[in-house]
Parts: sequence; C-alpha cells; structure tokens
Amino acid sequence: MDATQSLTDIVVKRHHIFTRIWHWLNAVVATILLMSGLSIFNAHPQLYWGDFGSREDYAWLQIDDTRTTGFVRVGEARVETTGVLGLSLDANDNVRRLAFPGWATIPTSYSLGAARRWHFAFAWIFAVGLTVFMGLSLINGHVRKDLHVRRSEWSLASIWGDIKNHARLRFDGSHGASSYNILQKFSYIGVIFVVLPMMILTGITMSPAMNAAWPWLLDIFGGRQSARSLHFITASAMVAFVVIHLIMVLLSGPVSGVRSMISGYTGRRAKPDDVGNVP
Amino acid sequence: MTDDSKFLRRRDILRAATLGSGGLMLSGCDALNGSASFRSALRTAENLNYATHRALTDRAKLAPEFALSDISPVFKTNGSLSGTSAEYLAHIQNNFADWRVRVDGMVAKPMEYGLDALKAMPARTQITRHDCVEGWSAIAQWQGTPLRFLLKAARLSPRAKYIVFHCADTYGARPYYESIDLIDAFHPQTILAWGMNGENLPVKYGAPIRLRVERQLGYKQAKFVMRIEATDDLSKFHGGKGGYWEDVGDYEWYAGI
Repeated sequence: MDATQSLTDIVVKRHHIFTRIWHWLNAVVATILLMSGLSIFNAHPQLYWGDFGSREDYAWLQIDDTRTTGFVRVGEARVETTGVLGLSLDANDNVRRLAFPGWATIPTSYSLGAARRWHFAFAWIFAVGLTVFMGLSLINGHVRKDLHVRRSEWSLASIWGDIKNHARLRFDGSHGASSYNILQKFSYIGVIFVVLPMMILTGITMSPAMNAAWPWLLDIFGGRQSARSLHFITASAMVAFVVIHLIMVLLSGPVSGVRSMISGYTGRRAKPDDVGNVP
Repeated sequence: MTDDSKFLRRRDILRAATLGSGGLMLSGCDALNGSASFRSALRTAENLNYATHRALTDRAKLAPEFALSDISPVFKTNGSLSGTSAEYLAHIQNNFADWRVRVDGMVAKPMEYGLDALKAMPARTQITRHDCVEGWSAIAQWQGTPLRFLLKAARLSPRAKYIVFHCADTYGARPYYESIDLIDAFHPQTILAWGMNGENLPVKYGAPIRLRVERQLGYKQAKFVMRIEATDDLSKFHGGKGGYWEDVGDYEWYAGI
C-alpha cells in the first residue's frame, strides 16, 4: 500500500437505483399520506378497541377541546395541548377546534372529502411502490447482501457493542462504509417488512367492502376500530422512525449520506482494505 | 405568564417552524388541491378502488355479520334526525299508516308498497356494522325486505344501471338522496330496513324504511326512503354525482372504503 493510493478519494457504490427512487418517492408520498391521514383523523378524533366505537362509547385516545382549551387524553391521563392539538389558531388567527392544526394537514382547511381523495390516491402509489421495492430487493440482492442479519451478528455481544457505538456516536458501517450495522438492519427490516405492510393492511381493514372480500383481516387486527387504532399507532411509529433516521443522518455525515442517496455513490478517503471496492 | 401569552408563544414557534420547507409544501398542496385537473387525477383512485373491490369480491359475498351480544349499547345518530317535508311530518302523526314507497323509473311495472305490504314479503334479519365516513362504527340488528324482490316485481329494465333512493329529509336546503349500482342493489344483504334491534325502525334512524347496503359507508345508508327510481344516468339528479354528500362534500360515489 503506497502513500498516494491511501490519499486517493475512492468511490463506494452504496444504493441501488431502485432503492434511491423508492426512498425519495416515499419521502414525498409518506408525508402526504401522514398529513392527509391527520386530516381524516380530525373528522373523528377518538380511537377505540374492538369492532365498534363512536361518541357513545369509551375511547382510549381522544384529542379534543373544551372550547377554551385543547387536550389529549390517553386512557385516564390528560394533557393540555392548547395551541397545537385540539384547539389552535389558523394563519388568520381564527380559533380552530380541530385535533390536528391546519399546518399539519392536507388540505390546510378541513375537508374530509378532499383529504380522502388525497389519501387514497397516494395510498395506491405507496402500496404499489412498496410491493415493487420488496420484490426487486429480493431479486437484486439488496435484502440478501445488505439487510440480511448474518449468523455472526446474532449475538448479544455484537448487538450490545453496536448499541454502545451508537451511544458514543460512532456509526460503524454507516455512511462511510458499504454495509449496515446491526441496529440499522433491524430498523430497516422492521420498517420495510413489518411497519409499512402494517400501514397498508390496517388501512384496508377499515374498508367495509374489503371486510366482505377478506374477512380474515378483521380477525388479524381484532376488528375495524382496532385496525383504525393500529393504523394510527403504526403511523406514529413511522414518524418516530423518520425522526431518528434524520438525526442519524445528521450525526453520521449528512452531506455524504444525502449525496449517496441521490447519486448512489459515496466518496471518502481510501483505507488499505478498500482495495477491490473501487467500481 | 398568562395563558394567553403562553398560547401566543407556542403559536409563534410553530408558525416559525412552518415557514420553512413545510410551509412551502403545504401551500403547494393547497394550490394543487385547488387545481381541477389535479383533483380529477386524484379521483382516479375511486375508480381503482371500485374496480379492485369488484374484482376481488364475489358479487354475493356477504359483509361480516355479528352476534346479538356484539350490538352497540347506543347506536350513534347522525345526519338528519327526521324527515322534513310536510308530507313526511303528516306520516309521523299517522304512524305511517298511509305511507307508500314508490318503485319507478326504468321499470316495466311501477309499484307502490305500504309498510304492511313490505313486512308481508320475505324478510332478512342481519346484525351488521355501520361505518361512518368520519371513522366511527356502530353495530345493530336490521330487519327488512331485500331490495331485489321489489326490483324483480317491478320488472327492472335491462338498460337500468343504477337505483336511486329519494328521501324525505333535506340537509341544508337540498333533498337527501343516494344511489347504488345493480351489483349492490341485488346483493342479498341489501335491504329496506323497517326493523332495528327488534323494534320498528325509530324516526331518528330513518323510519319508516332506510336502505342498508352493507359493503359501503354510512352516507350510502339513505334514511326516510320515499321513492326508489331505476335509471341509467345519475347526472340528471340534483348535483349529478349520485348522492347528497357526493354533490356537496366531494365524497366518493363508490363508498366501499
């Protein structure tokens, strides 16, 4: 290994074109689904468990107002959220008695009909995109090469080691390298194969026509109102994932991270063991 | 710090936060929402849902039915709580003794039925879940006359494509109405319900009869039905979109999701 080579910028292929297209498509589509979904939630800002549930029944979650204050109630715990949830001011300083404020919803002003149109149109793009991405990732080796948790990684010591690395903000195998660390693998597998399909399936379970077509969906999720609750909880999990994802990108090198998700390549100083990695 | 100033401070922080890309995206979405061609592109999802549901589901496949013990303790009321026409109010006074429902339009033999005549026909009893477009659900037992018996007796024209239900209530100034396709019209669970939870259908739930079309959302379940009209063209009724909420609120005509 001579000195000139170790100083050369080398390029590492990180993301397949399908991964990159799907990533940026989802950044837009999932945001629209979340915001139009919050708009739909505003039509009935309560959640229940079981088959039925309405204003006449006990809701485990409620985002509402007393005309002067907004609040969120989960079970018996109640938090005042005036100004944000339940009761807020719109851009013209008019009081809005909505669970989620206009800045968080599509469209900004309340319209259940329009929100449903947005939600269902983009749900199709989302569902088709996820299905195609899953299929291609199984075929092009993304799952096998990048996401597959290897036998050597399946140990408490290796997982604990990776947790300690994250706590020290050392992201081994992160954007500088070509393979994911084990916590990344767990979260990507969890999102792609559990959370995102859950979003689609719990959504479909709320359809009365699909309840006739596929009644087993109701059995899986424990009834239509349970599916509605799980749809909301899973969406919250997605939001948490995106927040952590963005923090991790910022901490581990946002420029190279974003660049690699656009161009597919990441550049960095070569290390001796990189030989052979140059495309 | 007073509550007011706390309120204002939170709002200012949030407003500042939305001035960034989020704010741009929102105003962009609102602009798209106002564009007729974009809205019409979004509407293709309704056709996609309609076609997919019809392809996945046998036309006679039943909506899930429940046990007596599953019935909601209180079934939420929604929409109009009574018919509003003078004719309808007179029917309430008279306990619907002179009430008649008309079956006409594209049929060879227009018919009229009183409540007793309907109840004398073979009935179906079903415990089903009512799903409001807003997101809530309630379960009740419905008893009524399958719509297909009325359509067969009236000899529905082979050119008919839709069944329109004219109601006795107005919502705002507009009369309520709804419509369904023939697959749902002939579905075994599609009934004109005159009984609810073992009693005569109460006025607030749509007396004397309401439509139950169990594979669609609540706004299709027309209450206070006075006239059933077969047609091949929905555009000639009221706002032209096949139903009150379809005309007024841009709700989907196909309400299977």
